[in-house]
Amino acid sequence: METSELIEKLVLIVVLFAVTLGIAAYATYFERKVAAWFQDRIGPDRAGPFGILQPLADGGKLFFKEDFVPQAAEKWLFILGPGIAMFTALMTGSVIPWSTNLTMFGQDIALQVADVNIGILFIMGFLSIGVYGIMIGGWASNNKYSLFSAVRASSQMISYELAMGICVIVVVMMTGSLGLREIVDAQHGMNWNVFYQPVAFVVFFICALAETNRAPFDLPECESELIGGYHTEYGSMKMGFYLFAEYVSLFISSAVISTLFFGGYNFPGMDNFEGNTLAILGVVAMFTKTFIFVFIFMWIRWTLPRFRFDQLMHLGWKSLIPISLINLLITGLVIAFNEGWFK
Amino acid sequence: MKTMQSLTDRKKVVSKKEMTFMEKLYLPAIIGGMWITFKHLFRKNNTVKYPEETREFAPVYRGQHVLKRDEEGRENCTACGLCAVACPAEAITMVAAERVKEEENLYREEKYAEKYEINMLRCIFCGLCEEACPKEAIFLTDRIVPSNFERDEFVYGKDRLVEQLNDRIDITKRQHTGKRSKI
Repeated sequence: METSELIEKLVLIVVLFAVTLGIAAYATYFERKVAAWFQDRIGPDRAGPFGILQPLADGGKLFFKEDFVPQAAEKWLFILGPGIAMFTALMTGSVIPWSTNLTMFGQDIALQVADVNIGILFIMGFLSIGVYGIMIGGWASNNKYSLFSAVRASSQMISYELAMGICVIVVVMMTGSLGLREIVDAQHGMNWNVFYQPVAFVVFFICALAETNRAPFDLPECESELIGGYHTEYGSMKMGFYLFAEYVSLFISSAVISTLFFGGYNFPGMDNFEGNTLAILGVVAMFTKTFIFVFIFMWIRWTLPRFRFDQLMHLGWKSLIPISLINLLITGLVIAFNEGWFK
Repeated sequence: MKTMQSLTDRKKVVSKKEMTFMEKLYLPAIIGGMWITFKHLFRKNNTVKYPEETREFAPVYRGQHVLKRDEEGRENCTACGLCAVACPAEAITMVAAERVKEEENLYREEKYAEKYEINMLRCIFCGLCEEACPKEAIFLTDRIVPSNFERDEFVYGKDRLVEQLNDRIDITKRQHTGKRSKI
């Protein structure tokens, strides 16, 4: 690997890291604002103009809290839990293509940290590891509520990953590639997957809600039954990491949804532009779509009540998986028909 | 078997009808709910920005007590003890004393309260002391009892209860409510 390429990737990683953390921080602010708007309130408005310094104040507060490990807790696993949650949440962003290639200093710079040819598998894999953060944290706390929450989280995530995976397979079948760059390029212009696969999109979206532990599937941390769930015993920045990881994965899931179903950085009329203009407009398009989904995630959270656990399992196993399987079958038949297998 | 006759007309037949296909989908109901929250995005908020703005108190608000003086600045209270008897929380105590000749400009009647204490932690701000008072001496006002770190500090003596001569406290809003409106 050349030095220039190494520097390019390092810069890209640092930028992506900073942008992801920044967006996650402001997602916490925005979540509170959105909640306030939906409830006819104002929301945080004291720290700086319109309260835009609120995330810094929150972060500062968390840093200065006592970093406490309960006596009965499994110390190392207790520390490892939030670390895994944060790490896996941040890792998934590395394979998402943010735009077309940018030409700078006479070089073609791909706005994607790693164009691995199994991109979507990589994301699914890291999502599955993400449950370990919650499971280990909940178990290591040595608290009944945390353990309950950890058990719930793992069963919920495993159940919903199946339907999610099947929806991804449908998209992969249509594109013929697991690489996210190819999936996005196949949706050139306005040729988005959502128009061909609306059912897969709806199922994927519901599963994404469940995977990121957001309402109405926030059973692992439901305050009314489990006090706070897996992070009951956590405080200080370890707690902050859990909360932060949730918002990072909120952002990343929105990015994945827009990549898989809404054409990623494609936008109508993109053929009129080229080079750096196209790349920059692509970034704008990608982030617009992502932020719309972030907003929808929040909108759903402040509208719908939480599921009961058995309802959650019913929905996952008895509705979503059959629907996505039928969808998979129909897609397969249509593809086979188009390729002329039945002639 | 004869069905039991209902004594009142309040019974309701519970309907447990099967959900239709559209209802089972849940999505129309979810979208309906989200439309409701979406409409709230454009509503005016009802927030009162508290330290800068305060809500107006109701005219009958019952807050910190005041021991009134009359027009000439003499204390109205004669330490009859009716307020203390009326008090359901037993928050009021007092010690009576006899007025001497030089004190005629201080106290309205021959007997006055040498000590008068209300324990604000016991007080439930019901206003019965005010109703019991035959001399219009004690009133509840629209002032809030401030918080404190020490429990002892909540026992208010005459120094904090009797109104200052140069800072009279307006209780007309409470005088025009309840039984005193007829006087």
